[in-house]
Amino acid sequence: MPYVTYISATGSETAVAGFAGDSVMETAVRNGVPGIVAECGGSLSCATCHVFVCADSVFDPMQELEDDMLDGTAIDREANSRLSCQLKLSDADIRVTTPETQV
Amino acid sequence: MRTGTVIIGACQAGVQLASSLRELGDTEPIVLVGEEPHAPYQRPPLSKAFLKGEATADSLTFRTHEFYSEHRIELVTRERIVSIERDASGGVATAESGRRFEFARLALTTGAVPRQIPFDGSELEGVSYLRTATDAALLEQRLASATDVVVVGGGFIGLEVAAGARAAGKTVTVLEAAPRLVGRAVSEATSAFYLAAHRRRGTRVVLNAQVTRFLGQHDRVTGVQLASGDVIPADVVLIGVGVIARTELAEQLGLMVDNGIVVDASALCSDGLTVAAGDCANLPNPSLTPGGIDRLRLESVQNAVEQAKVAAATLLGLPAVYSTVPWFWSDQADLKLQIAGLSGGHDQIVLRGDPEAEKFSVLYYRAGQLIAADCVNRPLDFIAVRAILHSGQHLPSDRAADLTVPLKKLALPAALAVLIGK
Repeated sequence: MPYVTYISATGSETAVAGFAGDSVMETAVRNGVPGIVAECGGSLSCATCHVFVCADSVFDPMQELEDDMLDGTAIDREANSRLSCQLKLSDADIRVTTPETQV
Repeated sequence: MRTGTVIIGACQAGVQLASSLRELGDTEPIVLVGEEPHAPYQRPPLSKAFLKGEATADSLTFRTHEFYSEHRIELVTRERIVSIERDASGGVATAESGRRFEFARLALTTGAVPRQIPFDGSELEGVSYLRTATDAALLEQRLASATDVVVVGGGFIGLEVAAGARAAGKTVTVLEAAPRLVGRAVSEATSAFYLAAHRRRGTRVVLNAQVTRFLGQHDRVTGVQLASGDVIPADVVLIGVGVIARTELAEQLGLMVDNGIVVDASALCSDGLTVAAGDCANLPNPSLTPGGIDRLRLESVQNAVEQAKVAAATLLGLPAVYSTVPWFWSDQADLKLQIAGLSGGHDQIVLRGDPEAEKFSVLYYRAGQLIAADCVNRPLDFIAVRAILHSGQHLPSDRAADLTVPLKKLALPAALAVLIGK
């Protein structure tokens, strides 16, 4: 069972047990982790599940639509920005930082 | 003395309200009561991923059971509240089963039910509605063995289901009573695009269609008859002609009801005690752009979430006023529609991009000011418009059609817009 650690903009950490195949967004929302809004429920429509992926965590490369949507996040994107609805868990533990705000 | 909050309606708004109460520091008991057998789940995928077999009520749940227990939110399923008595200090809600829920504070997130059409033959096996996961599971099962699918109502739900059924190889007919599709939510330009797009994908769309009855054999639906005399064969009929807010409990409480439970900008009902949020609420237009309709109901995830947050604060006596840029989305086949703002009362339209290429936005202006946009496969336009409406920036209409410049770059700060008289 992979663990996902969500680090808030102020540095507080929340670790949650996830399931392989679920997204980093779903795992956060189901457990009520603050910092990820995900209004559209993962249909790549809202750009409110923005995260910064920590260097030790690896995911599949992003598709064009995700790349486009990242240009519209509330906090400007950085090189390690992803939309967490597109990040599927494998068996590996994951660490991400959430931005100060999503809307 | 009574303590705690009872929230009636275990849905998107109900879950948010409960979560927000805890986030705001409420330590009193919270009971979230719903009549469905499932823990609260997302509804939007029911007309999309669910029917493709890519989601279930379980996979769509908002929160784990651990979340509810850790946050001391008592989730009660399969209990339908049928009566409520209350005064200023609280009251009691009673379920059909006789179970009683006492409260000091009350929230109504009762949602809506599909509008039913009382045609002859409505009771035939195969005639379907879509609102709940139970409805979706039944529809999925019916679609699996169907050849001919008829959708009555060319709104978002109907078109999403039609697109999915068509992609699965069914013969699909959409019957719309109005002269255009999605008339309630988008302008003619967007309607015309969706008509062409669905037809291109092989769906038959009949506008101005007057359904007279459903035909059947051995209690199963076999067709839909139109006033023109035409009969369209059907193994499955989906009726998607809008929803009606559930106001029975509010009416029983003597609350003001007018196309939904009437609330103020703080989500407070006419008794000054109860709050209501989500699809069931009739609220003052929360749109940040001035003008437009005075009051409305908003059927959207965003509204359920944002209004529920305001309702939670109001219940705790904290000041909160709901204002936002309303937004909506609909996924039909490979067409992603994102709508920002409310386009009602527009007096100018700017088309950005090419509908033929299935990538375009319709920008709506009122008195020279951008008020809304329908964006089809143009997520960047959507994000930019939402940001512009949020910040009160100005988007000059004479340049907005220029695809070589991102909308974000065309926006002028609000202060500058005032200076140049826009």
